[in-house]
Amino acid sequence: MEKIRVAVAGQPNCGKSTMFNAITGATARVGNYPGITVDRLEGRYRMDGFDIQLVDLPGTYSLTSYSLEEVVARDMIVDERPDAVLCMIDATALERSLYLVIQLMEMEIPVVIGLNMMDEAKRKGIRIDTAKLSRLLGVPVVECVARLGVGKDLLMKEVAATAAKHALNFEPIKISYGADLDPFVDRMVELIEAEIPKGNRPPARWLATKLLEGDEIIAERMHAHGSIADRLEKITAEAEKAMETRTGSYPEAIIADRRYGFINGLVRQDVLFRESDLRFDFSDKVDKVLTHRILGPLIMLGVLWTMFYITFTLGAAPQGWVEDGFGWLAYLGSTYIPEGLLQSLIVSGIIDGVGAVVSFAPLILIMFVMLVFLEDLGYMARVAYMVDKVFRIFGLHGMSVMPLVMSGGMPGGCAVPGVMAARTLRSPRERLATILTAPFMVCGAKTTAYIMLIAAFFPQNATLAMFLVVLTSWFFVLVVARILRSTVIRGEHTPFVMELPPYRLPTVRGVAIHAWDRVWQYLKKAGTVILAVSIFMWAMMTFPQLPESETAEFDAQREQVAQQVQAENSGMDAAQIQELIDQRTLAIDELESETALKNSIAGRVSMAIKPVTDLAGFPWQANIAFVGAFAAKEVFVSTMSTAYSMGDVDPEESASLSEKIGNDKAWTLPVVFSVFLFMLMYTPCMVTVVAIARESNWKWAAFSVWGMLLFAFAVSTVVYQVGSAL
Amino acid sequence: MVTPMRSMRVNQCGKIHEVKAKGELGRRIRDMGLVPGTDLVIVGRAPLYDPVAIRMRGYTLTLRNSEADLIQVEVD
Repeated sequence: MEKIRVAVAGQPNCGKSTMFNAITGATARVGNYPGITVDRLEGRYRMDGFDIQLVDLPGTYSLTSYSLEEVVARDMIVDERPDAVLCMIDATALERSLYLVIQLMEMEIPVVIGLNMMDEAKRKGIRIDTAKLSRLLGVPVVECVARLGVGKDLLMKEVAATAAKHALNFEPIKISYGADLDPFVDRMVELIEAEIPKGNRPPARWLATKLLEGDEIIAERMHAHGSIADRLEKITAEAEKAMETRTGSYPEAIIADRRYGFINGLVRQDVLFRESDLRFDFSDKVDKVLTHRILGPLIMLGVLWTMFYITFTLGAAPQGWVEDGFGWLAYLGSTYIPEGLLQSLIVSGIIDGVGAVVSFAPLILIMFVMLVFLEDLGYMARVAYMVDKVFRIFGLHGMSVMPLVMSGGMPGGCAVPGVMAARTLRSPRERLATILTAPFMVCGAKTTAYIMLIAAFFPQNATLAMFLVVLTSWFFVLVVARILRSTVIRGEHTPFVMELPPYRLPTVRGVAIHAWDRVWQYLKKAGTVILAVSIFMWAMMTFPQLPESETAEFDAQREQVAQQVQAENSGMDAAQIQELIDQRTLAIDELESETALKNSIAGRVSMAIKPVTDLAGFPWQANIAFVGAFAAKEVFVSTMSTAYSMGDVDPEESASLSEKIGNDKAWTLPVVFSVFLFMLMYTPCMVTVVAIARESNWKWAAFSVWGMLLFAFAVSTVVYQVGSAL
Repeated sequence: MVTPMRSMRVNQCGKIHEVKAKGELGRRIRDMGLVPGTDLVIVGRAPLYDPVAIRMRGYTLTLRNSEADLIQVEVD
């Protein structure tokens, strides 16, 4: 069987992924391009003696190396030289789509066009003479409706035929860039062909075009070929100067104009019939309402709130099941494994730690289903359009809104899906600023801590206090984003230039595949690292164990109580006596766990850093709880309760703990504010750190760990010191 | 009459006269089909008057006002 390798290209929103899924079915596999976070989707198609391997390229409007996605797509074609490129195009935006096709053809690679959205085009009164388009371009054009899978088999047949034909004889397209620029192109082509052997480089004409376009990446790579790079650079400079004097323009603009000129000439030869280029379509009319000056923002808030509500109410049940499942495992562990270190490791370290992480999976799945749905529907682009003006002031992008809301812009979110949702941002600097500030938001885990603390200190105004905490988090997100964007992520705004795609109902299958991918990656990646960190945190809070003399002392105390109880209640039966003993020794157990916690590495660390944290006024119990909460912020409540010798407390039923803390004289008002702010902003939990590392790199993850720690500490110190001085 | 795109009213039509943007922004603008000679109409503006949405070549595109400043349009 003949093997054919095909790259699938297309502009965003053209239905490329839908067609890719229809063609490859269950064979699709997600991978990564080495070193970057762009997904590499591969799949297979087998029929009638063909074995076609498909690689899904990232969706790009062009190949002029504007974004990471474009570089990835271009390099894949240059480096791997697939046998053919299948370019999916949107029949309702034919000219813009052909701009990508032309660039692919200029790479001198066989192209097959999948003319998608034919049903929608017909409804809109657009008619395209497919046969003529195919003849004029010299490439096969297949009409498709990707949503229904229409055209997929014919497409694959054409791909196979094209690959076979062009293996023998390939005549590349040659677009004229005008009488002014063409001579320069020819000179460069001649030079490249004379100096660099053919097998050693991409096509000469394409290289020449790229150099004239001022493509820095390609110019850099030419230096590998020696002195020819300088000579080519000289010609480029010459061309720039000539264009400047002759036309007042520059080569890059002229090339783009000529490409569009070529496309205009093509569609005007009775290829495209459309009532008017400018007629508002259905989506524009809908947008009169959805992006209306007053209704638009109101509807947006409603949609965000609904999403949020659905995620955390619908998600609560499956999250509970997962938690119950792990609770059952923990029960099994404590029943069948003999008491001791091994049991403690498996139950408190592994099961509790991993369980906390896995229990977020249902929330992430639901959240992503809705996010992908809104994204594919086209609504997210409208949200970005509406809020961009505000976010831009702080160095963020309109598209930052979703990740921030997901992270806890309304309390109860989670920074892990939030950070992952930042993928929809196409601008790298704004995306990084979003990823680094999203963990400031009041996630569900922090909410448990705030509920406990607010109940302790502001029981009269609990709702108002919570609201202020959320407002504070938004304030710091925007301020810190501004600071980051003028320091470590300095740089101009990425151009906003963004399509408002027509509203289209997404396919169930597309949404499901997309959302499941995300969840699976979360489980796989986070699961392994979290397992390691859970064990590490467990060890920190367990070792060294109390010396035997001390545990013996606690045992002696318990023994004493037991004897006393037995002596006092000699008439009762054994079970009742045991119950009484358990009640009375509870205080001793709690004191023992407090002493053990203080004695552990985590306890010693928090004691050791006390001179420093005294600057911000943290009580020692908060210190150790902050250390523990790095594993997961819910741990704050449980560690506080251990430190206040309360034994294990369910984070959701922490009333008595609040009472105890509220009565502790160490918590003055400045201390309370200081702890509140530190809780809000210090180092994200480890799951989030892993997510940040995955979505950017470990360098930025480390920055977020230390940078946020220092920043939060500085803010808390200022608040405590100023507050105490007043 | 030639005017920067920023000063156009909603529903006003025009033909692109010149794109002054260079570098990354210029490339991006041209990639999307905003080249001299293209017909366009202003569809609307975001609630805070920025960005602006335009319709051209059969689809809808948004740009910030600061970007629209660099595009000169011939209006009727």
